Amino acid sequence: MPPGITTLAADKIELSAANTGFMLICSALVMLMTPGLAFFYGGMVRVKSTLNMLMMSFISLGIVTILWVLYGFSLAFGADVGSVIGWSSDYVGLSGIGITELWDGYTIPVYVFAVFQLMFAIITPALISGALADRVKFTAWALFVTLWVTVVYFPVAHWVWGSGGWLFEMGVIDFAGGTAVHINAGAAALGVILVIGKRVGFKKDPMRPHSLPLVMLGAGLLWFGWFGFNAGSWLGNDDGVGAVMFLNTQIATAAAMLAWLAYEKIRHGSFTTLGAASGAVAGLVAITPAGGSVSPLGAIAVGAIAGLLCAMAVGLKYKLGYDDSLDVIGVHLVGGVVGSLLVGFFATGGVQSDAKGLFYGGGFDQLGKQAVGVFAVLAYSLVVSALLAFVIDKAMGMRVPEDDEVSGIDQVEHAETAYDFSGAGGGSASRTAAPAPGLTDRAGAAKNKKVDA
Amino acid sequence: MKLITAVVKPHRLDEIKEALQAFGVQGLTVTEASGYGRQRGHTEVYRGAEYTVDLVPKIRIEVLVEDGDAEELIEVVVKAARTGKIGDGKVWSVPVDTAVRVRTGERGPDAL
Repeated sequence: MPPGITTLAADKIELSAANTGFMLICSALVMLMTPGLAFFYGGMVRVKSTLNMLMMSFISLGIVTILWVLYGFSLAFGADVGSVIGWSSDYVGLSGIGITELWDGYTIPVYVFAVFQLMFAIITPALISGALADRVKFTAWALFVTLWVTVVYFPVAHWVWGSGGWLFEMGVIDFAGGTAVHINAGAAALGVILVIGKRVGFKKDPMRPHSLPLVMLGAGLLWFGWFGFNAGSWLGNDDGVGAVMFLNTQIATAAAMLAWLAYEKIRHGSFTTLGAASGAVAGLVAITPAGGSVSPLGAIAVGAIAGLLCAMAVGLKYKLGYDDSLDVIGVHLVGGVVGSLLVGFFATGGVQSDAKGLFYGGGFDQLGKQAVGVFAVLAYSLVVSALLAFVIDKAMGMRVPEDDEVSGIDQVEHAETAYDFSGAGGGSASRTAAPAPGLTDRAGAAKNKKVDA
Repeated sequence: MKLITAVVKPHRLDEIKEALQAFGVQGLTVTEASGYGRQRGHTEVYRGAEYTVDLVPKIRIEVLVEDGDAEELIEVVVKAARTGKIGDGKVWSVPVDTAVRVRTGERGPDAL
């Protein structure tokens, strides 16, 4: 998305109720992606760490929202400082913004832009958590999210989308977050797991997904929410670009799902549910940077290539021996890189920007820019994320003790379990905490009318 | 007396029950079980990672019968349990010293 570029020719830009309403709906759709992601990941882990997986996404909704208000929006979208970071004191605490003030030449209020972008900032660290399943202390994770969005996400969002950001000024195309969101999260996942290591039993114990229906539910919510993610990234829909983005999102996702399924049918003999869900997500990731630049046929190509390459990439962890639990690298990093680079081949020129890709007579120019964007974000995120994990690990330990990892992270970190397997009536659970007043004896319970029915 | 034990595919339970009732068997015990035979279990694939699931669900049916009925009963169970596919299971019999009906204290064939 390009702040700073106005799509209206009019001298005086006025608030558009249609665009504002559209963007509020898109923001709500993007918000839904984070719980969707939680279920996508939550179904893929074993029963004993389901809740931890859900919580690692959910906590991002809490932490990042508050940081965004305090300083995140200012760092990402404040006035440019040296092409690498933003800062506007009016944005601190979102305190100096009038409710009718419009965003940077667009027809929507600043508040609407801020809330839309907030949802991106929330889901990006949550994406990382899939690589860390089963083994990271919840407090360490919360601290990591806090530091990571501050020193990685907010600056990178400024590079890519902020007016004056160096990748934005260079002309790197990242419509809705291929580099800022997916490559960023995928590279961070790689950086962290290189520091914290593998799950106990990796490559030895079976680690089958415990609920593929949850995975499908999560993938469905992601797909649905992604329309807001992509179509909303033009910050309005009075010139049709949002509709192009919506259409291309659907097309690429479908193509990627089919490509993944075809690959695994040939390679492994079955069309799997997990393959369908994963292929869909790979397509969504890949079309995210490209959707405003390619034709519908180009979207089929982007999706199919991403579906195929991501399906092949998820096997790498077994060959290379790094434990990316739920394939954040295989799906988000690889998908993001593929989508971002394919812009350099398939950009038609004339939708989001005039830049043309290699196949449309644009030469290597755009491809080169895309490669710079990919490499810069990948390298920065990988190195800084690994450093953060290293520091947190030294300070407080990133991982839970091995015994706790084996018995299940849900119980030690959250004092809960996802499912009750104790049989009819849940009979085996006994109450050890102090009982509520009035429940100390039967007579008391009978007298106390406030007892929960 | 003989104890006939059958470890078979769960979905054959109804057929076996009906066949045993038709034969005149008064009671039986059914337990959920899991295990594998010579062909082992099956393979599942998750994003290309293959998992061999050795222990597959089975049911275990136990019936106490008089010696003279044992052979015929085994045939009845085998016929009802058979699908012709791998994993149909096994049926065997072992001699039983004593059986007691708990309610009345009757012993031997009277307890059946």
